[in-house]
Amino acid sequence: MEIPAELESQIDEVITHYPVSKRSASLPLLHLFQEYFGRIEDEAIEWVARKLELEPINVLELVTFYPMFRREPLGKHHIRVCRTLSCAMAGGYQLLDTFCKHANIVREQSGHGDHLLKSTDGKYSIEFVECLASCGFGPVCMIDDDFFEAVAQEEVPQLLEKYQ
Amino acid sequence: MASTVRTPHPREKRIIFRNIDRPGWTNDIDCYFRDGGYAELKKAFTMKPEQIVNEVKASGLRGRGGAGFPCGVKWGFIKPGGPKPVYLICNADESEPGTFKDRYIIHQDPHQLLEGTVISCYAVNARLAYIYIRGEFPLGAKILERALAEARQHGFLGKNILGSGFDCEIYVHRGAGAYICGEETGLIESMEGKRPYPRIKPPYFPAVLGLYMCPTIVNNVETLCNVKHIVRMGGAEYAKMGKPNNTGTRLLCVSGDVQKPGYYEFEVGGITLGELIYDICGGLRPGRKLRAVIPGGSSAKVLSVADRYKIKSRQPDGSMLEKEMGLEEVPIDFDTLAAAGSMAGSGGIIVMDDSRDMVWALNNINEFYAHESCGQCTPCREGSLWMKKITERMVHGGGTKQDTDTLKSVADNIAGRTICAFGEACAWPTQSFVAKFRDDFVAKSAGKENGNGLR
Ligand SMILES: Cc1cc2nc3c(=O)[nH]c(=O)nc-3n(C[C@H](O)[C@H](O)[C@H](O)COP(=O)(O)O)c2cc1C
Ligand code: SF4
Ligand code: FES
Repeated sequence: MEIPAELESQIDEVITHYPVSKRSASLPLLHLFQEYFGRIEDEAIEWVARKLELEPINVLELVTFYPMFRREPLGKHHIRVCRTLSCAMAGGYQLLDTFCKHANIVREQSGHGDHLLKSTDGKYSIEFVECLASCGFGPVCMIDDDFFEAVAQEEVPQLLEKYQ
Repeated sequence: MASTVRTPHPREKRIIFRNIDRPGWTNDIDCYFRDGGYAELKKAFTMKPEQIVNEVKASGLRGRGGAGFPCGVKWGFIKPGGPKPVYLICNADESEPGTFKDRYIIHQDPHQLLEGTVISCYAVNARLAYIYIRGEFPLGAKILERALAEARQHGFLGKNILGSGFDCEIYVHRGAGAYICGEETGLIESMEGKRPYPRIKPPYFPAVLGLYMCPTIVNNVETLCNVKHIVRMGGAEYAKMGKPNNTGTRLLCVSGDVQKPGYYEFEVGGITLGELIYDICGGLRPGRKLRAVIPGGSSAKVLSVADRYKIKSRQPDGSMLEKEMGLEEVPIDFDTLAAAGSMAGSGGIIVMDDSRDMVWALNNINEFYAHESCGQCTPCREGSLWMKKITERMVHGGGTKQDTDTLKSVADNIAGRTICAFGEACAWPTQSFVAKFRDDFVAKSAGKENGNGLR
């Protein structure tokens, strides 16, 4: 696997944050890989394991446990809608539907455990996530790393417009 | 999208949230300096670590992360001069549904948190600390990184801080979307680069066998911020805020069916649920009546407006007085909410009016726990899923006659039988919703005679 020098220097720096045990750097390294490559591939798992002197299974079991790590590529822009109670009371489920409608995503089923919902052109992917810690201002969502509160259904088209 | 500038209510007492939404306030160190920033750190270094621990003990500060454990007592478990290094971890995982307070400290006032954290490290002699921030706060992590760099530049971190001889380094560590990382032993496993499977207590009390099997203090963001103010005011002065055993101020996060949801700061016990809902949060939507309140994050037992609460409280002369009150009269503090059969928890208050379907609400909560169980213990892994399946079929009209009782029995068989407190956290909502709103559940269980309604 080709690791760009810039990424490798970030990796080496972050490992210094864990003087007691390199293994603690697994999560930060996986974040760096995901940010750079958009997903965690088999080779990335092997590379991280080698780097941290672990077995690949030690890294794979993190990727399969933590919801934020992805084996499959996301859409060009990834939308996360809060599913939990306060947002649901404020219209979180409808918000997810509205996003799907405007982003051309076929919504088969709600809830977790479904495969990732993606638009046919690959531009958007969407998922429900649990409480994003802004419950007073629901419904809330994230698009990529940006965060939005009190999103009205009518605002969805103009919001998507900004993420082309 | 609504505007984000929110002015405090005149009745609030803002200490921790003093700078949140403050006009002209920015999250860089220069702004923090103009306001006297890092003066308490300097003051702390004129004190001995044990003195600070004693001030925190005297303050009566209780943890703001959920359990309300006395902070000074926890710190007291760390014996000075022990053979192993001590670590400190700031719990910035903020993922208990209904809770949204740490977010604002991190984004708008990161130096308050850093100052509180360095002081706390000095008090317990931790030379390495981590801020474990949930993965869904990417901007928060960047802001903290920058704040740490600024603090390092000014000599508030690193070797021989301000000539005190004390060395301390703090790093940001990002989670990746799992609620169980908020549980302190799960958090520690996660920090060690493993799956966040909580550890069993005893023996794995973090203060004894924590990160890398060394003594470790885990404190919530808000708790650590309080330490700065305890150093400023002195423990005894701090303890004058609030009431005995419930001292200081508390950040309250109100969501759900009120006109003005949001975050507020009051002296602990300084306000009742009714005052909060009607006077501060503008009451319910027009024509609606209060039905239920979840007072301390989704794990806290729901309280019904239809119930009367018998609250025993200690009087200034030491005697106990029992008072009966309605839900709206219940003051918001640790001991009263516990006496009312729930908990102050994380300060997340979810208000529900009479338009809400309680089975639907519980089903939403059950889906959360079913998704977030780490899967180590059978009662929790299986039970959380069964509870969700039962409420889901009730919501969709497929409930069976036995469902209300089955639901309760599943919950009863989780609580107390698991490795970590997630077991209680997922059982309490079901136990309390079924107990308080039994008729709603029975009505939705009537659909089918037997298990044929299974989906
Ligand atoms: C399932 C579960 C989730 C938790 N989530 C959080 C959390 O997100 N943030 C937090 O500060 N504490 C959380 N806690 C509480 C922590 O385990 C721990 O008690 C707390 O961080 C200690 O800090 P404090 O004494 O300052 O409150 C959680 C506990 C449990 C059982
Ligand atoms: S109670 Fe649940 S979350 Fe806690 S360790 Fe057991 S399975 Fe995991
Ligand atoms: S419930 Fe959506 S942010 Fe908390």
